[in-house]
Amino acid sequence: MKLSIPLKPFKTFGGAKVPHRKHTHSASSEVIPTPEKVTLPMQMHIGAPCKPLVKVGQQVLIGEKIGESDTFISAPIHATVSGKVSALEKVVLTDGKIVDAIVITSDGENTLSPDIQPPVINSTEDFVCAVRESGLVGLGGAGFPTHAKVKIPKDKTIHTLLINAAECEPHITSDHREMLENADRVIDGMFSIAKYLNIKQIIIGIESNKPDAIELLKEKLAADSRNANGIAGVLSLRAVYPQGAEKVLIQAATGKQLATGKLPSDLGCLIMNVTTVGFISDYLKTGIPLVTKRITVDGSAISIPKNVIAPIGTKLQDIVEFCGGYQEEVQKILLGGPMMGLAIPSDNFQVMKQSNGILFLGEQDINKKRTTACIHCGSCVTVCPMHLEPYALEENMNKRITERLRKLAVMTCIECGSCSFVCPANRPLVHSIRLGKNLIRKEDAEEKAKLDAAKAKTESTASTVKTNA
Amino acid sequence: MKEKLIVSSSPHLRKNNSTQRIMLDVIIAMIPAVIASVVFFGYWAVITLAVSIASCVLSEFVCRLVMKREQTIGDLSAIVTGILLALNLPANINPFITAFGGVVAIVVAKQMFGGLGQNFANPAMTARIVLLVSFPVHMATWVEPFFYTSGVDAVTTATPLGILAEGSGTMPSYLDMFLGNIAGSMGETSVLAILLGGIYLVVRRIINPLVPLTFVGTVAAISGFACIFTGRDVLVDILSGGLMLGAFFMATDYATTPVNWRGKVVFAIGCGIITMLIRLFGSLPEGVSYSILLMNVLTPYIEVLTRTKTFGMKKARKERKQSEV
Repeated sequence: MKLSIPLKPFKTFGGAKVPHRKHTHSASSEVIPTPEKVTLPMQMHIGAPCKPLVKVGQQVLIGEKIGESDTFISAPIHATVSGKVSALEKVVLTDGKIVDAIVITSDGENTLSPDIQPPVINSTEDFVCAVRESGLVGLGGAGFPTHAKVKIPKDKTIHTLLINAAECEPHITSDHREMLENADRVIDGMFSIAKYLNIKQIIIGIESNKPDAIELLKEKLAADSRNANGIAGVLSLRAVYPQGAEKVLIQAATGKQLATGKLPSDLGCLIMNVTTVGFISDYLKTGIPLVTKRITVDGSAISIPKNVIAPIGTKLQDIVEFCGGYQEEVQKILLGGPMMGLAIPSDNFQVMKQSNGILFLGEQDINKKRTTACIHCGSCVTVCPMHLEPYALEENMNKRITERLRKLAVMTCIECGSCSFVCPANRPLVHSIRLGKNLIRKEDAEEKAKLDAAKAKTESTASTVKTNA
Repeated sequence: MKEKLIVSSSPHLRKNNSTQRIMLDVIIAMIPAVIASVVFFGYWAVITLAVSIASCVLSEFVCRLVMKREQTIGDLSAIVTGILLALNLPANINPFITAFGGVVAIVVAKQMFGGLGQNFANPAMTARIVLLVSFPVHMATWVEPFFYTSGVDAVTTATPLGILAEGSGTMPSYLDMFLGNIAGSMGETSVLAILLGGIYLVVRRIINPLVPLTFVGTVAAISGFACIFTGRDVLVDILSGGLMLGAFFMATDYATTPVNWRGKVVFAIGCGIITMLIRLFGSLPEGVSYSILLMNVLTPYIEVLTRTKTFGMKKARKERKQSEV
């Protein structure tokens, strides 16, 4: 197979022209003063939650492992400030799950654990282990443990490392700042990953609304000796939402469509967020695990929108205070951007590993559109990057016709929100599709339970027959 | 901080548009045709327009009241139907017939099927056809443009398509047909006015230009082919009758035409073919309204047949084919 870095992106489907609102794109990252307390939930990733390794009253230093799990799909959690473990409590996560959390009261010293040293890597296995030890998860927002991603199954070969720097969500600029402030570590990180995983080419996908980042990375790549044979390149993506969605990004970079239920590795691609890649470079050099995170703080209710580097576990109240407090009554708090972000019920929450932005929305950002009848204008069909028919999915969801929902490929939906965004009638399309997906999942689970029961029955009958004989 | 924050499902950002705004755009787009009809047909055009709009809005209001549903006259769709219906009628028609048409459009064609977006046929078009069948004489009595300046009450005359079908009478010039200085339904006559509105709709991205282009293109192609054998005139076919109004304002109706662009093209081609079949072989001189109504009925089938392949599905089929080989 011949590999080549495309000069311009392949055609992608649909897409909505959402406002960019990148107010903080030129705001250099500011380190927040060490908070008095940090709360570290034992789950900040997709997979199994960790078990606390420390007791109340114990002294901890930055980078000390305080949570671990035996399960492969999980990521350890490290102390993000030095100080005393003041409490073990239960916190509610955004999906409603209740997990343990460790509260550390800072001693203000920020002492680094003496055990920290750069990992020694001689093989791919060492690399996977090191990534796991770093506690790294996908920093783009999903929070999938990175070591699980870089552990390539034996039957698959990865030829392309696709670096997701599209940052298509409005408001969010944390990846953009990463590229501008830490271009060297991003480039270093990607060559390291390519080296350890034996990857042939690297494509950095950046939306064209960040010309400064595109220029900078192009320059750096041209000057880099490791890129003498041109294995790495920057791909300027169309500034149409959602270019940063995994399936859309693969399509833009390779022209291939990732079928539902398949993984990027089936197409020989490994996708990583640009900040994740930058962190790997730092970790390989210093051995300091994931303890801080850059987040974009924006929204009409916040006084000074900023890019903040905060220890993981910092309470939102501390962040708000650092950004000058509220300038008007906050109506809605979002973790992530306005297209796919999650609304949380109170500001009693903390910075998580996967947080890349927190928006405090005031009156003017609240959707006040009235929901009216669908007029079949077809806008949702036009913008859908997955070539679905959201209006039909909503209709069939409301009628609970799962057969049709399956036929219309409801599970293909990536919940990017483009359809709801453009709908003139303000229909809750994505919400209905989510409910539809749940309906299908429930039906599948019931079907499976039925099959299992039938199987168990035949087996038991068979054994009875045997004993009788 | 507010005591209770708003928690809702994503996305939290919405485009600044609404159904009402779309309807308003359609109304704005019809203004040139409305002005043209008033210029050519005087006070009668004003009366027909007023009666039609009033009848539609009132029907919608009463209908929703009787059905105990939320009032929807605010979305302006009844006004759109009212104007569209008026533009489809001869200016000098009896106001009672106009009012009856409004009731048919809103009550029978729209509200009985569930209201806005649920109707399978274009309300104004359905009403026009009901009136055409119920009052064939009234619906085919046309007045000369500018009759009100001549002092004579009304001079009935034939439309260009009528002249073409009959084979007798003097054909007006192409320029007159383009400007609308001909006999016909009050909003159909001026191609110029309809084009202005149509361009506005395309610029505002309310309609897909493919639909009118394909519709008119199909009519032109068939007419061009037919002129080899009979005395058709391509320009007369394009510039006269309800073609332009139908192509820009009725074949582009959201609720009653396919949602994706492939379906829209199929729909427009179908409309063009049926229009020309009726014009060439039917007993009626004009077939635009029937063609759109017939294609409205076929819309669900066109939608199923022209459905876009879902992302990732095309490849799956190719793989399956390869594995079979």
